[in-house]
Amino acid sequence: MAIAEKQPVTGAGPFNGVLTWVDQRFPLMSLWRDHLAEYYAPKNFNFWYYFGSLAMLVLVLQIVTGIFLTMHYKPDAAQAFASVEYIMRDVPGGWLIRYLHSTGASFFFIVVYLHMFRGLLYGSYRKPRELIWVFGMLIYLCLMAEGFFGYLLPWGQMSYWGAQVIVNLFDAIPWIGPTLAIWIRGDYVVADATLNRFFAFHVIAIPLLLLGLVAAHIMALHEVGSNNPDGVEIKKVKDPRTGHPVDGIPFHPYYTVKDTLGVVAFLILFSVILFFMPEFGGYFLEYNNFIPADPLKTPAHIAPVWYFTPYYSMLRAVTEDFMIFLALGVAAYVVLIWRTLRDMRFKAAAAVVGVVLVFFMKGPEQFILDPKVWGVVLMGAGTLIYFLLPWLDQSPVKSIRYKGPIAKIALTLFVVSFVVLGYLGTLSVTEGRTLMAQVFTLVYFAFFLLMPWYTRMDRTRPEPERVTG
Amino acid sequence: MADKELDQGKRRFLVAATSVAGGIAGAAAAVPFVASMLPSERAKAAGAPVEADIGNLAPGEMTRVEWRGKPVWIVRRTPEMLETVKSSETKVADPRSERNKELTPEYARNELRSIKPEYLVVVGICSHLGCSPVDKFKAQPEAFASDWKGGFYCPCHGSLFDLAGRVYKNKPAPDNLEVPPHKYLSDTKLVIGEHTKGT
Repeated sequence: MAIAEKQPVTGAGPFNGVLTWVDQRFPLMSLWRDHLAEYYAPKNFNFWYYFGSLAMLVLVLQIVTGIFLTMHYKPDAAQAFASVEYIMRDVPGGWLIRYLHSTGASFFFIVVYLHMFRGLLYGSYRKPRELIWVFGMLIYLCLMAEGFFGYLLPWGQMSYWGAQVIVNLFDAIPWIGPTLAIWIRGDYVVADATLNRFFAFHVIAIPLLLLGLVAAHIMALHEVGSNNPDGVEIKKVKDPRTGHPVDGIPFHPYYTVKDTLGVVAFLILFSVILFFMPEFGGYFLEYNNFIPADPLKTPAHIAPVWYFTPYYSMLRAVTEDFMIFLALGVAAYVVLIWRTLRDMRFKAAAAVVGVVLVFFMKGPEQFILDPKVWGVVLMGAGTLIYFLLPWLDQSPVKSIRYKGPIAKIALTLFVVSFVVLGYLGTLSVTEGRTLMAQVFTLVYFAFFLLMPWYTRMDRTRPEPERVTG
Repeated sequence: MADKELDQGKRRFLVAATSVAGGIAGAAAAVPFVASMLPSERAKAAGAPVEADIGNLAPGEMTRVEWRGKPVWIVRRTPEMLETVKSSETKVADPRSERNKELTPEYARNELRSIKPEYLVVVGICSHLGCSPVDKFKAQPEAFASDWKGGFYCPCHGSLFDLAGRVYKNKPAPDNLEVPPHKYLSDTKLVIGEHTKGT
């Protein structure tokens, strides 16, 4: 585009000249308009809509504090633990930066879990927002990787044995597992090589991926527009004069101001935890992690940090006795698909997958895979199943406001099972707790796997034409 | 370029050929990076055998040595402890260590899983997810088993092992504790990391 074709920037007072100069060489004003000043968001955003911008805030916080931590941290098995203590005691303000980072990690997950729950409430994953959801889930996986890699770095007892357990999960994969686990560790046990590469993943590889995914998440969002608590499209009703949605308001200044309020409230709460209980009773920073890593001695009680515990519970729930229920569950699911769906290809595929699964669960002795393998499979499935949500939900309405009683009960049960599994994952195992984890694991999966059926038969209310304010 | 001169078939072929060639080159370029993450020569060399002096080990005691970064336990079992091994025969999942033969060298593939009945030598890493179990040698009711006869308990996921390192049935760990390659240099000297020859 030739320079002369673009309109000069107005309304920026003394900066008009500079901005015009830049705008003629870079799409400054169109970016500003498309993503802020003229990005029309529904006017009825409520409390749940704070958490997207808060997640951005915490991302920035983690990156900034992380940069300053790397200035003093040593990714070396012989020095790592001492260098973290050095940051805590000798580096000016080091304790604050470290606690900002460690508390920030837990708050990242709090904010992201609430952000995801918002999506579940209002059907924000439904057409045409499937890709926003998929990018979001990839972000979530990256965050879990960040949390896992980062937790090894202080090289305490929990760092060491947590990494040992998680890397050994890969060891369970049939045939390639043992080689894969050695490849991940770079040694036969978790060692200096492991620490060094986890540092590389934590500070550069995953953050780069994360930033790219965040950009994709927001680009996809701004392409289709935001959902809202009513789950109705604001683009359907536009002002004929301006062409803007009647129920939309410009993101800036309306939502930038609203989000600023959210930031202030968030920072107050965050500061309380940061300054008065940064370890949060052993949930944010586990006590055993203040003991240097000892490869010869596992602590008496090991548990992952709280944000991993729901999945960890599923892993532990799979015992020899549970396998029959798992196999029966798969068989029942295949029967359900077979009896209610029409598409032959889909039915056949389900039957084949089901038979293969049951064969390796309860087939001839020599083909049965260990419960350990199935524990890993279930844990992986528990994190990946969210990806299918846009296609599992078949309800005629998006928002919980218009969904029927079954969907409301199902969502409640899901939240309960997630919380209970998370709590159980922080405790040591007993028979009663294992049984409870098994029951809630089944509830967790039923929420997703039965969704196509219960959302169809649910008694929904009609959606309004426009948002209800 | 004029449209009529365009050979679409040829163009498609060239695009496909270039993509395939580029894809192969890209995949090949990944090889050195992937390979760089395997254990280094230094890490491989660190697996040298270690010697353990068991002269001072009293009956009923256990000592730990580090071999390849892993804890190796040497337990001097008392006659009573050996009795419990016999009595747990029906409670363990794999009494003869036949499930995964690599984990138990031939010279130790017996009921007591040892060369000399008195001494148990095992790698103290649970075959479930790699935690190091805790020694609970005393026969007394425990939270994890009311009729506990003595053995090892894994704090991570509750696997139980008897005093021959054999895993109890219906526990998350699939295999017995690994018996490392080892041989006796004398009655009080043991080498871990080298096999006993000619047995």
